[in-house]
Amino acid sequence: MTENLQETTGLTHRIKMPGRAAHAYEDFDSLASKIVVRNLEFFYGKFKALHGNSIDIKENRVTAIIGPSGCGKSTHIRVYNRIYELYREQRATGEIIIDGENILSPSTDLLQLRKKVGMIFQKPTPFPMSIFDNVAYGLKLHYRISKREMKDRVEEALKDAALWGEVKDQLNNSGVALSGGQQQRLCIARAIATEPEVILMDEPCSALDPVATSKIEELIGELRQKYTIALVTHNMQQAARVSDYTAFFYEGNIIEFDNTKQIFTKPSMKQTEDYITGKFG
Amino acid sequence: MRAHLDRDMERLKKDILTMGAMVEKAIFNAIDALVTRNIGLAEEVIASDYDIDMQEIEVEEDCLKILALYQPVAGDLRYIVSILKVNNDLERMGDLAGHIANRAGVLSKLDTIGMPENFDKLVNLVKGMVRDSLDALVHQDSELALKIIGTDDQVDELHMQIYRELRDRMRQEKGIIDRAFYTISVCRHLERIADYATNISEDIYFTATGEIIRHMDEAKSGRGDN
Repeated sequence: MTENLQETTGLTHRIKMPGRAAHAYEDFDSLASKIVVRNLEFFYGKFKALHGNSIDIKENRVTAIIGPSGCGKSTHIRVYNRIYELYREQRATGEIIIDGENILSPSTDLLQLRKKVGMIFQKPTPFPMSIFDNVAYGLKLHYRISKREMKDRVEEALKDAALWGEVKDQLNNSGVALSGGQQQRLCIARAIATEPEVILMDEPCSALDPVATSKIEELIGELRQKYTIALVTHNMQQAARVSDYTAFFYEGNIIEFDNTKQIFTKPSMKQTEDYITGKFG
Repeated sequence: MRAHLDRDMERLKKDILTMGAMVEKAIFNAIDALVTRNIGLAEEVIASDYDIDMQEIEVEEDCLKILALYQPVAGDLRYIVSILKVNNDLERMGDLAGHIANRAGVLSKLDTIGMPENFDKLVNLVKGMVRDSLDALVHQDSELALKIIGTDDQVDELHMQIYRELRDRMRQEKGIIDRAFYTISVCRHLERIADYATNISEDIYFTATGEIIRHMDEAKSGRGDN
C-alpha cells in the first residue's frame, strides 16, 4: 500500500511476505488509481455510518468490499456516484477524487458522473420495456445518434454483457420476461452501453442461482479489461474468485485492505481472519 | 456452519495425531528390532505399514471433505493444506520404518559386525526430531519447528561420518560388504526420516505464521536438494 495512503488512513497493518513470495504480487503503488477516497464520512441524518474511510480503487482492477451486514459497504460505494442523494437527510463529507476531480463538490454534474460511474444492484432492475429499449434507454439520454448506430451500440453492449447470443432473436420482447440471471446481465448491458469508466456492483449475484452467478462472475473477469469495478459482496468465495483487491469493512471502518490472495490466505488483522473464517458476522 | 467446521477440524486433528503416533511407534520399533536383533518385532513393523496406509487415506478424506464442504480460508486453509502434506510425509516415514525393519530382519540372521561409532548419536537425534515434530504439530509450535529444522544438518553430518567409516571398513574386510551395505542403507533411511521431520516442521511453521521458509537456504546458496 502506498506510504501516502498509510499516512492519511493509518493503514499500517500490511506486512510483507518474505523472500520470493514478496514478488508474487503486482506493485500496487505503480497502478493508476481510478478513484481516490480520502477521509470519507457518511451520515444517515444524525447517524454516522462511515468513519473516515480512505482507499484507492485501481484502474482496470476488481476491488471487492466485504464485511458483515450493516458494516457500511453498500453505503460506501453508493457515494461513488452520489446515488444516495435520491434520499433526504443523507450526506457525505471528505474527498472522492475521480480523474482529478472531487465528485463530492456541489458543482459536479450528476448526470455526467452517473454516466461515468454506472451501477448494478442486488435485484435486477430491468425497465418495463423491450430488451432493446432497456439498453437504448441510457444511450438516448446521453447521446444523439442515428438509428443505425443505436442498433450497433445496443448489440455491442449486449455482446459485452454476454447476453447477445441468448436474446438476439427477441430484442422486442419485454426485458422483464427474462430469467433473473438474464435480467441482471441486461442491467449490466444497460450500464455499459453508455460507456462508463467505473462499474459499481452491489451484491450483483445474491438473487441469482449458481449457474447465473457463475456467468456474472465470468463476465466480471471480462469487464475488468475495459472498466474499473468495485464489487460489494456477502459471498466471500466470490470475492476471492473475482477480485484483485479486497477491503474488509467493519462498523463503518476499513479494517484491512490488501491483495485478495493475501486477505484470504494470511490476513494481517485478527478481525479479518475471524470474519472470513466464519467466527463472527 | 462454523460449529460444523470446528467439529470436522477436531476430527481431523485426532486422525492426524493418530497417524503421527502410529508412524512414531513404527520408527522406534524398527530401530529396536535392529539393535536387539528381534525378527518378530521387525515383522510386526512391516505388517503395521498397511494400517498406516489406511490411516493416511482416512486423513486425506477428512481434508477433502473439509475443503469441499467449507471452502476454508486464511488460518483454516493453511492448516488443511499443511495437514495434507504432513500426512503424505508421515506415510513416507512409515515406509522407511518398514525398510529399516526389513534390513533389521536380514541383519539379525547374519553375524553382527557391530554398529558404527556414531550410530547411537544418529538414532537419538532422529528419534528426537520425530518426537519433537509431532509435539510441534500438536501445539502448532513454530519455535520448536525451527529448532528441528536446525538439527537436520547434524544428522546429515553424522550420516556422512558413518558412511565413511563403513566404506573404510569394507575396503579392509571384504567379507563384511553385504552387512555393511545393509547398515549404510539403514542409516540412509534414518537420514531420510530426519528430512521428512524437517519438511513437517516447515509446514507447521507455515501454518502457524503464514510464512514459507522452504528452500530459503538453497535460494541463498544457489544449490538444490541433494
